[in-house]
Amino acid sequence: MSTNNVVDVTQDTFKSVVIESDKPVIVDFWAEWCGPCKKLSPIIEDIAAEMGDQVTVAKVDVDSERTLGAMFQIMSIPSVLIFKDGEKVDEFVGLRPKKEIVAKLESHL
Amino acid sequence: MIHDVAIIGSGPAGYTAAIYAARAELKPIMFEGYEYGGSLMNTTDVENFPGFKDGIMGPDLMMEMRGQAERFGTDMRMELVDSVELEGPVKRIHVGDEVHEARTVILATGAAPRLLGVEGEDTLMGRGVSTCATCDGFFFKGREIAVIGGGDSAMEEATFLTKFADKVTIVHRREEFRASAIMLERAKANDKIEFALNKVVDHVIDDGGKVGGIMLRDTVTGEVSELPVAAMFVAIGHDPRSAFLEGQVALKEGGYVEVAEPSTATSVRGVFACGDLVDDHYQQAITAAGSGCRAAIDAEHFLAAL
Repeated sequence: MSTNNVVDVTQDTFKSVVIESDKPVIVDFWAEWCGPCKKLSPIIEDIAAEMGDQVTVAKVDVDSERTLGAMFQIMSIPSVLIFKDGEKVDEFVGLRPKKEIVAKLESHL
Repeated sequence: MIHDVAIIGSGPAGYTAAIYAARAELKPIMFEGYEYGGSLMNTTDVENFPGFKDGIMGPDLMMEMRGQAERFGTDMRMELVDSVELEGPVKRIHVGDEVHEARTVILATGAAPRLLGVEGEDTLMGRGVSTCATCDGFFFKGREIAVIGGGDSAMEEATFLTKFADKVTIVHRREEFRASAIMLERAKANDKIEFALNKVVDHVIDDGGKVGGIMLRDTVTGEVSELPVAAMFVAIGHDPRSAFLEGQVALKEGGYVEVAEPSTATSVRGVFACGDLVDDHYQQAITAAGSGCRAAIDAEHFLAAL
């Protein structure tokens, strides 16, 4: 698993990739039919490329991963959750500028 | 480096201005904002844009326009403009720590969804309150939903949301609709859609951090009633994104930028405006694109006369 990639997380891999990670994890809840998600995706990919050694960057397709969507009460996408030591420490809904997302992540390093 | 043309905004108006300015070899720089693509990015089928007889998805249409602007050499920046200084022969555009200079500026920042301003709306945004049916409708499968508004976008959102919801109630403050006949008839013919007329939203009920329903007030009798819905989609129109232009160019009532019709010239020399930022009446993708074209041509003529 390359650190430069965004990890596609499923219900089965959520625990190992997100909860048990020793780095902060940013998780982008998205779907193919969501216009704003398509604008956030390249930003998330940039962050993965630039900060991949410090944080895990993951995404969840809410279309196929309904249990994960329900578990975190996702009601709007894109929704981004940040986890540290298995706990959700931050979240936001909708688009944000890259530097704001990076600043959020850096505060959890 | 001083640019000939800087374009702020990235909807049909901005991209069309970029296509024309780029083809006129003015090498435009464009500030798209991080929410590039404009209002159509949040829509589904666009059936009234000429050239697509079977319709086209809003985001696909915008990506085509963007690609076309890029193809002719527009310098695209996915950045948000913080402020502008428009007076004088060289305009200054502030983006974070950077300052960009240009001889002409085309303003095309469009309009943002208007909100109701009622209690619970802001705090439950993204927790059942939404302005984007295509983004959020999916999360309310088998639930009941309210759509607020009486225009085309309210009808479109309500019709779209019946794909997921068991029942959609269109809440409208009057009995007359601004919606076009075809959109209204489509909504009326849908047996999952009901209408609550002469009703306004009093407040949104907060059920442990998510929408638990909405309280409606009858505009005639004043009677208050509860509508048990899991989500409220607000589609009551848009407000021009002109706050960053206050004190810079003349604005009309409602915050729209004033232009010297039939040109796109604003009150400041070398500054042009187009699209929904200017238009308080038509507000269509095609009219926005048309005015973007006019703005680019106006900027080209202005530069030629310098």
